[in-house]
Amino acid sequence: MKYEDAIKKYDPVIGIEVHVELGTVTKMFDAAPNSFGGGPNSNITPTSLGLPGSLPVVNEKAVEYAIKIGLALGCDIAESCRFARKNYFYPDVPKDFQTSQSDEPIAANGEVEVELEDGTMVTIPVERAHMEEDAGKNTHVGGATGRIHGAVHSLVDYNRAGVPLVEIVTHPITGTGERAAEVAAAYVRTLRDIFRALGVSEARMEQGNVRADVNVSLRESPEAPLGTRTETKNVNSFRSIERAVRYEIARQATVLESGEKVVQETRHWHEDTGETTSGRVKSDADDYRYFPEPDLVPLVPSRDWIEELRATLPELPAQKRRRLAAVWGFSDLEMRDVVNAGLLETIEDTVDAGAKPSAARKWWTGEIARLAKQQERHPTDLVTPVQVAALAQLIKDGRLNDKLAKEVLAGVVAGEGEPAEVMTARGLEIVEDTGALEAAVAEAIAANPDVVEKIKGGKMQAVGALMGPIMKATRGQADAGKAREMILAKING
Amino acid sequence: MSELIRRSALELAAGLKSGEFSSVEVTQAHLDRIHASEDDFGSFITITDDLALETAQAVDAKRSSGEELHPLAGVPVALKDLVVTEGVRTTAGSKMLENWVPPYESTVHTKVKAAGLPVLGKTNLDEFAMGSTTEHSAFGTTRNPWNLDRVPGGSSGGAAAALAGFQAPLSVGTDTGGSVRQPAAFTGTVGVKPTYGSISRFGIIAMASSLDQVGPMGRDVADAAALHELLAGHDPLDSTSLPDEVSGFVEAARRGDLKGKKLGVIRQLRGEGYQDGVIDSFTAALDIAAAAGAEIIEVDCPSISYALDAYYLIMPSEVSSNLARYDGMRYGLRVEPDAGPVTAETVMAATRAAGFGSEVKRRIILGTYALSAGYYDAYYGSAQKVRTLIQRDFARAFEEVDVLVSPTAPTTALEFGAETGSDPMALYLGDVATLPANLAGIPGLSLPSGVADGLPVGLQILAPARRDVALYEVAGPLEAALVSAGGRVLDTLAEGLSAK
Repeated sequence: MKYEDAIKKYDPVIGIEVHVELGTVTKMFDAAPNSFGGGPNSNITPTSLGLPGSLPVVNEKAVEYAIKIGLALGCDIAESCRFARKNYFYPDVPKDFQTSQSDEPIAANGEVEVELEDGTMVTIPVERAHMEEDAGKNTHVGGATGRIHGAVHSLVDYNRAGVPLVEIVTHPITGTGERAAEVAAAYVRTLRDIFRALGVSEARMEQGNVRADVNVSLRESPEAPLGTRTETKNVNSFRSIERAVRYEIARQATVLESGEKVVQETRHWHEDTGETTSGRVKSDADDYRYFPEPDLVPLVPSRDWIEELRATLPELPAQKRRRLAAVWGFSDLEMRDVVNAGLLETIEDTVDAGAKPSAARKWWTGEIARLAKQQERHPTDLVTPVQVAALAQLIKDGRLNDKLAKEVLAGVVAGEGEPAEVMTARGLEIVEDTGALEAAVAEAIAANPDVVEKIKGGKMQAVGALMGPIMKATRGQADAGKAREMILAKING
Repeated sequence: MSELIRRSALELAAGLKSGEFSSVEVTQAHLDRIHASEDDFGSFITITDDLALETAQAVDAKRSSGEELHPLAGVPVALKDLVVTEGVRTTAGSKMLENWVPPYESTVHTKVKAAGLPVLGKTNLDEFAMGSTTEHSAFGTTRNPWNLDRVPGGSSGGAAAALAGFQAPLSVGTDTGGSVRQPAAFTGTVGVKPTYGSISRFGIIAMASSLDQVGPMGRDVADAAALHELLAGHDPLDSTSLPDEVSGFVEAARRGDLKGKKLGVIRQLRGEGYQDGVIDSFTAALDIAAAAGAEIIEVDCPSISYALDAYYLIMPSEVSSNLARYDGMRYGLRVEPDAGPVTAETVMAATRAAGFGSEVKRRIILGTYALSAGYYDAYYGSAQKVRTLIQRDFARAFEEVDVLVSPTAPTTALEFGAETGSDPMALYLGDVATLPANLAGIPGLSLPSGVADGLPVGLQILAPARRDVALYEVAGPLEAALVSAGGRVLDTLAEGLSAK
């Protein structure tokens, strides 16, 4: 069954678990560096290896970040919470338990406002955000696909073991109907933006800083009880999230249509085929034997600290976008282009440096973006907001027109200096010498009697035909407005 | 038998300070004694002659150059083989760690090294500290110096035997349910379980994290107090470590006075099922305390009746999780299955089947069961509630009395094999008097109260949490009163050993 048909027939319910790796200097429970690169098993201590006798100590910065995330998601921050051991045997888990939080998360009961492409706002209910440590990484050697099946042996790298994570779990998200897949992707994108705004993580999806598990179930109608869900693990791009949800909705609908039952299970997402396949059957028999971590004392963040952190919370992306759009007078579409291009802060800086918002937007999303694309670089790698503001100022002062400004920009990008320097060095400043302009105008009129006749006959747009030769004669440096005035004065005067 | 090994740790410290003898002499005397008596006692898993003598030489050199030294510098010590020692094999008494040489240092050993105490070796214990006889060791039997047909107690049996056998003047043990106090009682020595968090657990191989505590052991109260002072103090590497400043224990032991002290006898811990000789010795000790001016008051701690049940849910639960890491993947024993596919899962299973002894397996199974979904509330959850009730009982009792007293163990040292039979509950019952202190986190101390049928009897003192000094304020003068009434318990043994 196709997605489009599936969502006509069934009401999809989604739930999303997002893991974000915190950008702390050290790991969650020990002093090993929290960084990538370096050889396998180089960022480890006795504690991150789980050596006999080693003990955990909570990273205060990680707690601070977790509280910030909780606050940004509008959660209540627990007055006291504990870590818990999640017990299971797996080689990449050094202690054969993961230190996590079970029934006492640091943050609970929040919500996130998510904006869809067309500006529709959706509120996602957040159940909880809790702290935990990451596992190491297994590499399976000898198999065809890098999977464990067929492998001759496996290698474990514990560099990632103990990296601090915050896991954010939604309540079931209902009422999204045909937009379920879009909502799922937009939600994770919004969280990504929040993590970056808070400065708690680099939040790069492609590096696995942010990972999403997507739960999907279908039911006959919004009034019906929740259906059986599947959990698709490690979907790690916005596009994949959308595709995976679409695929699961269509797949489950097909299963239900054929009279079968959806199996509660973990599923794997395959980027190449755009399909999910059955993984481990997940049942309620999964027993992690959670109990409070006895090696750590309860965490009791003081109210003062929480309020201090709340006060330092940066404006969140959605709030900021709304505020700037109003102040700058951008349309929703213009704002979305700016945000999608990752230029919001850049334009803000350019405006701060003195440019008009419309000019800043025009340059950054226009010519600069075009040049950047040519060079396969990011616009901000080419010029600085201060340079763009200076360029805009030269135009405003009448010393450059748009065409000349593009040449100046090219010079700045080429490293020839600041806009004013490039303008002078390349001799691009608009000709103020009315003598030269007058001569060019007279020459153009003389050379085009037919055009002059048209103008005399009232066809004012024919003036444009004279501008070409005038610009050519002045090497483009003529002030077009002034030239027009002169032409009309000469012909009609 | 060299006269040096008869001296207490503080006597040795004084002699070292005055230049009467060197640390090398003292250390060598103890090493000689160990090598001469190990066949009988089997106290040690690893003997570290070179390491000990190196430290001794260094201390002697520093002393002769006039450097400021720790009061115990140069006095040898034995470490239970649950204490991680960088570069020195640390086994936890288990086949699982038979050849494990730690790449890092425990806080306890760091402190011992910094103070300049030569480490004589690593003492025997029940595997991962699980047991009360030291019979559950993968490294042979430790015998009680009082009677080689008897166990030394456990799990710190090697540590206690080393003291009683005059192999070491000081021992570091660990106590999760009585593992320092009970062997001290069985060997006529002094063992202390400090307040939970008093001594860092960083580098102590975990059995049950919320109950484990490092325990200083000596042949008299002042020696144990001196070792306690050395080992205690806040450690940022242990989140459960207390911030308390620790000092004055030796002073308290020496200056303490029983006059006006209120000693509470726990009604639930005096009598039923106890050996006659134990009861007699305890009662006699109370009389001596009373004669010295102490007030003996009977107090009620009703929740103690549930302590054993709670302990045997909490302890195995934590054990099942703490010992999960021994899976053959990173360090220690690794065993591949005899048949079938070699996968992470089958290697883990084969390793754990081969590496753990029966008592360890029993507790892992118990704990896994108790933590399972659907049982958690009934077992682990309820046990934690009992724990709170016991804490309240103790707190209430300490409003009435300065310390609580009881026999340390229901019996004197057992014969080998007596309690490793079919009924583990009988063995577990031996912990009934000691484990409530671990559940409540309060400090406890065992000192010899006398001898019954040729074997020493221990008397336990319990004090309020973070009032470890109260143990010494009572134990010091009580020991003095007992010695003046009946002589030093260990002297009986020392005479016998010398005659040999």
